[in-house]
Amino acid sequence: MKRIRQHLTDILLILGLVLLFTSLLLWMVKAPPLEAFQNLLAGSFGSWSRFTRVLNVWIPLTLCSFGLLYAFRTGLWNIGVEGQMVLGAVGATWALRMGMESGSPLLYLGLALVSGAVLGALWALFAGWLKIRGGVHEIFAGLGLNFVAMGLVLWLIFGPWKRAGIASMSGTQPFPIELWFPSLPGWRVSPFAIALTVAVILFSFWVLNRSRFGLNLEAVGRNPRAAPLYGLSPRQYMLAAIAISGALAGLAGMLQVSGIYHRLIPAISSGYGYLGLLVVMLANFRLLPVPFIALFFAALNVGSIQLPMMMQLDSSLSGVIQGASVMSALLVFGLRRLRAGRAE
Amino acid sequence: MNELSLTLLFAGVLATAAPLIIAALGETITEKVGVINLSLDGSLLLSAMIAFMVAYESNSFLLGFAAAAATGALIAGLVGMFGIYLGQLQVAVGFALTLLCRDLAYFAGNPYSRLQGPRLGNWKIPGLSDIPVIGPVLFQQSSVVYLALALIPAIWWYVYRTVRGLELRAVGENPEAAYTRGIDPRRKQLIYTLVGGALVGIAGAAFSLGIKPGWGRPQGIEGIGWIALAIVIFGGWHPVKVALGAFLFAFLQVIGITLQESWPGIPAQVFQVAPFPLMILTLVLINLLQREGVQRWLERRPALGLLLRQLRGRPPRALGRKAGTRYHAYPVASQGIGSGRWLRLTACWRSPCAPWGVTRLRSTTLGANRIGMLDTRKNRTEDRGTRAEEKKNKR
Repeated sequence: MKRIRQHLTDILLILGLVLLFTSLLLWMVKAPPLEAFQNLLAGSFGSWSRFTRVLNVWIPLTLCSFGLLYAFRTGLWNIGVEGQMVLGAVGATWALRMGMESGSPLLYLGLALVSGAVLGALWALFAGWLKIRGGVHEIFAGLGLNFVAMGLVLWLIFGPWKRAGIASMSGTQPFPIELWFPSLPGWRVSPFAIALTVAVILFSFWVLNRSRFGLNLEAVGRNPRAAPLYGLSPRQYMLAAIAISGALAGLAGMLQVSGIYHRLIPAISSGYGYLGLLVVMLANFRLLPVPFIALFFAALNVGSIQLPMMMQLDSSLSGVIQGASVMSALLVFGLRRLRAGRAE
Repeated sequence: MNELSLTLLFAGVLATAAPLIIAALGETITEKVGVINLSLDGSLLLSAMIAFMVAYESNSFLLGFAAAAATGALIAGLVGMFGIYLGQLQVAVGFALTLLCRDLAYFAGNPYSRLQGPRLGNWKIPGLSDIPVIGPVLFQQSSVVYLALALIPAIWWYVYRTVRGLELRAVGENPEAAYTRGIDPRRKQLIYTLVGGALVGIAGAAFSLGIKPGWGRPQGIEGIGWIALAIVIFGGWHPVKVALGAFLFAFLQVIGITLQESWPGIPAQVFQVAPFPLMILTLVLINLLQREGVQRWLERRPALGLLLRQLRGRPPRALGRKAGTRYHAYPVASQGIGSGRWLRLTACWRSPCAPWGVTRLRSTTLGANRIGMLDTRKNRTEDRGTRAEEKKNKR
């Protein structure tokens, strides 16, 4: 009971700080804060079609965030999740391009799912291998590989996979409708993608909180020096965790390609990997809040699209609110820890 | 290549490198004192925007640069406050601030985008600028370039040849030992984090007021902050090598633009990626060089060894560690400042210029342990135990 009350006060404090900061900022640029918040809300939850758009953002964001949770359990900062998502998209595009001339689209969609996840996992394993064998901190390995992945996508779009005629930033040749991620008629968001995400959520809950594997991951993360005493190899568990992380990010990238854009574009990841890191930080590395925070962030992203039209404000307000939330959370958690430390 | 295009190339490299040098040197100071300010990419953008906004409104370059420096220092101060005093992970705070500052810059800078604003002109140094080739390259540049060039020796001198620089490094290497010498590690960390942040802010202003004038979305400096962070590693946390790294990457960028003209099919972004694989390679190399087998192999090849040794760098030992977890728990030690400071002063007095490294500072940790201020002995034996075990495992 006390813990629940503590969490509630934390949430209220964080929300209060964010509202205060954002209102101050809006007031400084001479925009009415209330109207801006109203627009954000109406833009994301105002109608069914807008809400489906929110869900379309929620799916990849949640997948990335849950992937990150695995890596964080072993104490790894998988900042390369952005690049892993991009590689997943590349893998999916590779499979779907092969399927363009064939008669069995479902086979190639399945192949895209697998190749996306595998390529994402391989890209993550590369970062993990650099960390374990090369001694490169995973933040710098991951970041470096993110930029390399960006370069790779641009090269693919402008080189081997360029659209017939002229290559441009608008991406590769769009896929025929049979190769789109399956959905039901009338649904703007694929129920299968939602089901997949929910399955990943439930499975992760079981793995991370209930299974022996999850416990071992945490043991490795809490104390990599003590883990070998129990016969656990920190290296193997770290690699496994980062591979799962990359596979889920790759899955998100695959869904972006086959479900949303239906082609490979330069900004295929939409920054969801980095945003996922914020989600997990705001959740204080716990599982339960992640889907809800991801929904909140997705709503902000979608809701802010209309701000330039409605109020001549830049749509990056959503990013400001997201960043401010994490900073407030870090402040609140830090102060709480300071108080706990004093009380001891 | 004829003389003119070579001149243009070198002048271009110098101009491109200047803000990069300033930012990377700022981060070097920050990391030397043991703090990672990961927010560079965001703080460069935000300070660039603030600099342009202030300079546009006030028509004063000085105010623009001052505002940018204050912005950079403020952001670094947040990293410092959260990391040093609130015990949060520095990388977590830095990363959140990266995204926050970037979006803040786009949001608040929206009304100022695509405006014709003030721009720093080039200073021609009379007499010197008329020298062929060297003149236009070195003495006909924007004031930012001169600032960057002046900062390199200045920061090197400060870090490696002054008592304060010695204290700075001591805190970065071993805050506990520094503490027993009467240095307040947290205060030092906060101060140098602020200074480093201010330099990053100035670098941001150098972009929006000089090298890439104006403000817009995208500004064209996205990713530069990450490159600066990579350069600090590439330079092995040594100011001069860091500056050389900045020149190398600027050269790559300029060459990339030139190469793009010969391969029009490949977008410029592909070439801009080049620093990152290089950074990873350097990191791998740094790590490899520290292995015993590689060292033995190199002993037989002195020429190669000499070359590769230049690449060797070591991060400050306390880099990114959660500060304040151990030493702030001993309030008694603050009364020991008198003796500590005396020891420190005498030590520095005897060898003001000596490369006062970790080995000596270690002995002070033992001294502190004897007076019972620090509980390091336990940790040390623990370390030894695990190290022996690791060796066994390797076999």
